[in-house]
Amino acid sequence: MAGAGALIVGVVIVAALAAPLLAITDPIEQDLTVVLKPPFWREDGSLQHPLGTDHLGRDVYSRLVYGARISLTISVLAALLGAIVGVAAGLVAGFLGGRADTVIMRVVDLNLAFPLILLALAVVALLGANLRNLVIVMALTTWMIYARVVRGLTLGLREREFVQAVRALGAHDTRIIGRHVLPNVLAPITVIWTLEVARVILMESALSFLGLGVPPPTPTWGRMLAEGRDYLTVAGWIAIFPGLAILITVLGINFLGDGLRDLLDPRLRQQT
Amino acid sequence: MRAYIAARLATAILVILGVSIVSFFLTFLTGDPAEIMLPPGATAVQIAKFRAEWGFDDPLPVQYWRFLKRAVHGDFGTSLRHGQSSLPLIAARLPATLQLTVTAMVLAIVLAVPLGVLAATHRGRPVDLLAMGVALFGQSVPNFWLAIMMILLFAVSWGLLPTSGRGGLTHVVMPAAAIAINLMALLTRLVRSTMIEMLAEDYVRTARAKGLRELFVTTRHALPNALIPLVTVVGLQFGYILGGAVVIETVFTWPGVGLFTIQAILNRDYPVVQASVFILATAVVLINLIVDLLYVWLDPRIRVA
Repeated sequence: MAGAGALIVGVVIVAALAAPLLAITDPIEQDLTVVLKPPFWREDGSLQHPLGTDHLGRDVYSRLVYGARISLTISVLAALLGAIVGVAAGLVAGFLGGRADTVIMRVVDLNLAFPLILLALAVVALLGANLRNLVIVMALTTWMIYARVVRGLTLGLREREFVQAVRALGAHDTRIIGRHVLPNVLAPITVIWTLEVARVILMESALSFLGLGVPPPTPTWGRMLAEGRDYLTVAGWIAIFPGLAILITVLGINFLGDGLRDLLDPRLRQQT
Repeated sequence: MRAYIAARLATAILVILGVSIVSFFLTFLTGDPAEIMLPPGATAVQIAKFRAEWGFDDPLPVQYWRFLKRAVHGDFGTSLRHGQSSLPLIAARLPATLQLTVTAMVLAIVLAVPLGVLAATHRGRPVDLLAMGVALFGQSVPNFWLAIMMILLFAVSWGLLPTSGRGGLTHVVMPAAAIAINLMALLTRLVRSTMIEMLAEDYVRTARAKGLRELFVTTRHALPNALIPLVTVVGLQFGYILGGAVVIETVFTWPGVGLFTIQAILNRDYPVVQASVFILATAVVLINLIVDLLYVWLDPRIRVA
């Protein structure tokens, strides 16, 4: 499973990186002479546009390949930004305890109270939909889980003998956190990060689907789907393929995440 | 026990206050709310008049206090687009959203529990693999895409179900299923893993040793205990379900709060967005509060802890 996941993720990463080489045509180039061409295996289809064309004659395959860039960039960066903020918050809350802990965890509760997609939609609509804002907004929906998990782990680690020993040797809090606590929470963070990348891809595509993703003409999977919706009965492939691309990518990342979890935490392997 | 409930209530009130602050500041994200709310090209005089009328010239704490006082009285301002008070506009659409989300939750639970139990009692067998496959699919599929594919299949190709709107039972099936899929995936995994744990417990061995039939042991001894975490997770997922409703209502033009809010967001109708974000987030806080209290009632061990 983890192998299949790694393979899928690898393919998507390559597609994103090598999009200009892999694409057949310019993804935003319109060609009104080949509007709504079906995929190659259907009658009328040709290998010139293997997955067909959309209502503006743009090549669906090329747009999919370029769309991988947006999905991956936003999700990887947002999950990373969320991880940095969340891990820092969790370390501080768990290690210092007391008032810092209370305040941080209340903010986590507060953030979790909002239907995240609604909050993201409202904020993006206000700040404007561009790559930077989307990354920030998505990070806003993901940092809480790191904070919670890291806080819990840190609470346990703080009392462990090796940490007390380092403290007895006179190490500062920052050194204890950086050198002794952080390395011990990295494994679960990696697993969460992977699964969060998958979740952010789903949310970003939903935002894009609703018209609040990276603005046109940049091809995104979510907006391709939204555009395909209007041609569902005559050209279903426009909506089908981007959805499949999201599904397969997310599935691959989830496989990988599950595999990583098994690898890093053998105790869980017995359960699932 | 009383101390716990009091503390939990205090936390909930604190979080709701926080929710009100965030809802309030949503309008200030771009700087000047007057610029957001007025149509582009408004003259400086118009902007100044608007600012004075809406009290945007006052210091922020004063504005927040006014917002909070009005919110407590159910006054979130007038919708810029509909010219009516925002709260009743949202309240009128709540039943539709509730119908959808409750149906989705029931659907998810009704499907996930038997599937999870079967997977746990048949570990490694085809049923288990099928259940885990369904769970993985449900966890990874974009629900709006699934919704569109269902429309394509059940409405367009086979003509079995209506494509959009709210009406009889046939209208609710597809949107509810689309919202339910992610939750169902999560719950199937949860039920499976807790059932596996429970089936290894001593009390289950005792029940088996007494000669009880396996079906009885599974459903009457292990299952009730495995359902306790389910309550918490369903409660915690309520925010996600509402979020799912926001997207899915748009796909099916389901006349609920989600669709209404999306339209308000796209129209920059900020009194409505504020009210809607505040009400939905408060609902999530209250549901989580109820779930936590329910949990204490269900599991006496927590009362002590």
